[in-house]
Amino acid sequence: MAALGRAALLLSFGLVLYAVVAGSFAAWRRRRRLALSAQNALLAAFGTTLVAGGVLVAALARRDFSFVYVAGHISRHLPLAYRLSAFWGGQEGSLLLWLTILSGYGALAVWLNRRNTDLIAWVVPVLAGIASFFAFMLVFVSSPFEVQPAPADGAGMVPSLQNPYMLAHPPMLYLGYVGLTIPFAFAMGALLSRRTDERWIVATRRWTLLAWTFLGVGQLLGAHWAYVEIGWGGYYAWDPVENAALMPWLASTAFLHSVMIQEKRGMLKVWNMVLVSLAFLLSVFGTFLTRSGVINSIHSFSKSSIGGWFLGFVIGCTVFSVAVIYLRLPLLRARTRLESLVSREATFLYNNLLLVALCLTILWGVMYPLLSQAVRGETRSVSKPYYDFFLHSFGLPLLLLMGIGPLVAWRRASLRSLGKTFLVPLAAAVVVGVVLIALGFGSSVPGLLAYTFSTFVAASIALEFWRGTRATGSLVRLVGRNRRRYGGYLVHAAVLLLAIGIAGSSAYQTIRERTLAPGQSMSLAGYTLTYRTLEGVQGANYKGFRALLDVSRGGSHVATVDPGENDYAIEGPANEASVYHDPRTLGDVFTIAQIVKGSSIDLKVLVKPLVNLIWAAGFLFVFGSLVALWPDAVEQRRLAERYAAAPA
Amino acid sequence: MTVALVVGAALALCAVVFVARPFLREPAPASDRLDEPGELDRRRLELVEERDRALAALKELEFDHRTGKVTDADYREQVGPLRRRAAAALRALEPRAEARHERVASGR
Repeated sequence: MAALGRAALLLSFGLVLYAVVAGSFAAWRRRRRLALSAQNALLAAFGTTLVAGGVLVAALARRDFSFVYVAGHISRHLPLAYRLSAFWGGQEGSLLLWLTILSGYGALAVWLNRRNTDLIAWVVPVLAGIASFFAFMLVFVSSPFEVQPAPADGAGMVPSLQNPYMLAHPPMLYLGYVGLTIPFAFAMGALLSRRTDERWIVATRRWTLLAWTFLGVGQLLGAHWAYVEIGWGGYYAWDPVENAALMPWLASTAFLHSVMIQEKRGMLKVWNMVLVSLAFLLSVFGTFLTRSGVINSIHSFSKSSIGGWFLGFVIGCTVFSVAVIYLRLPLLRARTRLESLVSREATFLYNNLLLVALCLTILWGVMYPLLSQAVRGETRSVSKPYYDFFLHSFGLPLLLLMGIGPLVAWRRASLRSLGKTFLVPLAAAVVVGVVLIALGFGSSVPGLLAYTFSTFVAASIALEFWRGTRATGSLVRLVGRNRRRYGGYLVHAAVLLLAIGIAGSSAYQTIRERTLAPGQSMSLAGYTLTYRTLEGVQGANYKGFRALLDVSRGGSHVATVDPGENDYAIEGPANEASVYHDPRTLGDVFTIAQIVKGSSIDLKVLVKPLVNLIWAAGFLFVFGSLVALWPDAVEQRRLAERYAAAPA
Repeated sequence: MTVALVVGAALALCAVVFVARPFLREPAPASDRLDEPGELDRRRLELVEERDRALAALKELEFDHRTGKVTDADYREQVGPLRRRAAAALRALEPRAEARHERVASGR
């Protein structure tokens, strides 16, 4: 079986390499059949990569320890779902996942746009060039199909990865990371073919939105995984690998906004090319950070020597995109100018500047320790206060802009109209701010600002829906006529929930730690936890304990929590936190327990108000994205008509 | 091992045939040149995009006016230039139709 996997990967490499060479030559010399042949090679590469992926899945499912990769990442007693999740648990498997998704996305994007022959002729070699790197790595540097005499059992899986969220979080992130390759390839294809009209944007609009949604959902799933699994009560730690997923998401958020200015006003063509390239480069940089072993992170499950290759690839892609954009600058000149600094497009610009500034400060925070080590040989780290400072400095104005943007008209807005539209949201924000100060929420200035700004944004979104419904006569008709705009507002509402959840659970959380013997209690933030007893537990591949605790509020029993520890036979011990979700406060009582002596436990309790809004935001985020992604028949007809007369 | 080799070889054969398909289907085509838009086609597409942008801007203005984001005075000030822009794009796209329309309007 391993031989079939190796052969399939070798074929994939040959096919994508052919697609690069033949595709570039065909696009350059305008050879139609050769261009089609290169296109077919890219489609075929998806098939052969799928076969390679199938071989690895079968080996993991069958516990075939003659595969070095299988023996290194699973054990005999690991449940099937986790055995399969080992596909992306290690370096070689995740490289194969990258290539599988890339070739699949590439094949679909090329097939859907096959009539745009002159654009696709250049998109194919760009996509194939990126795929060639991953295929090369898999064939010559880091193969998942190395074999050995089969040992009796495998090394097992890191306990923290044995969590249902790990079945979805990494693939979601990869679907997002790799998805950003498509808009990048089309952007480069448009520049290389000198087709700088809007066709590449039309072709990739949904791809960008889809990749961005996957990245967002992947990050939220990862945050929830960290929250329930790592056992420290937090969900985001500014870990370099977490930041690696956040950066391309921020860059693509900026792109999704600025591309609308190009569509509506024909402006920001260069900026959009830069943003789409930045988002792609950051996604590859993220993979480099996760897989290179250059950083110390809970997410760097493997140390390896592929860092140099990846760094070279990132540099190569950067040089390529900068060179192509520079060479085509004359084609990217805008013919219109911003009419006013008080307009919808101006608020989009401010939003872009803040998003990119936040993205670059995070990038600097990630790179500074690496550069410091490489240049001066000093070990430096960038910690939470640095990131928190910039999150407050750029994030809070961004939050406010989410409310301002929808209230401002396109092109230019007069003071008179602004006064009229701002009145209700501003009044709501001031009232809520005063009430919060009166209730004692002034203890955290960022928290107070976040809540006040959130009120402003919520009122502005609600007003947008209300006014729009009144103008069109129906909410369904309103959303149906402009799905992107109203889907976008729903996503804004999700970001709002996220901001409220983050502010509540970080600025106003309560933490207490105590050693308890059975029968003893501890109280905090209105809750009383009484330690009842210790219980043993046993799973398929672990033994452990659970401390049973009664949670009461206002004298009434509300729940029983059972924090403890699992001791995995091969992989070792791991904390198991237990959480009570309080439906009245939308917050959590988060508990972590360790045995200290006999049946006494060391109990750590965190009361996190409103934290569940963060997870609720995920559902609204997906719903809003789906509304924005849903095909609009009227728009599709208009676009089909626009490009029908133009030659392909 | 043998099965793997046979499957691998079959896979390779299928891939080669699929990649060579454009040449197998058209061994001697009348034209093997990729379509390429001329200067006129590019200009036409630019105008179509400009027309769509102008019409969308008009639609946005109408909607912003109806939802109260644009006052009556601002609307009156902005709608004229936008209509002229849209009309210019339409005229540039359909010169003959426009010329006919002008002839009819002037009674010639």
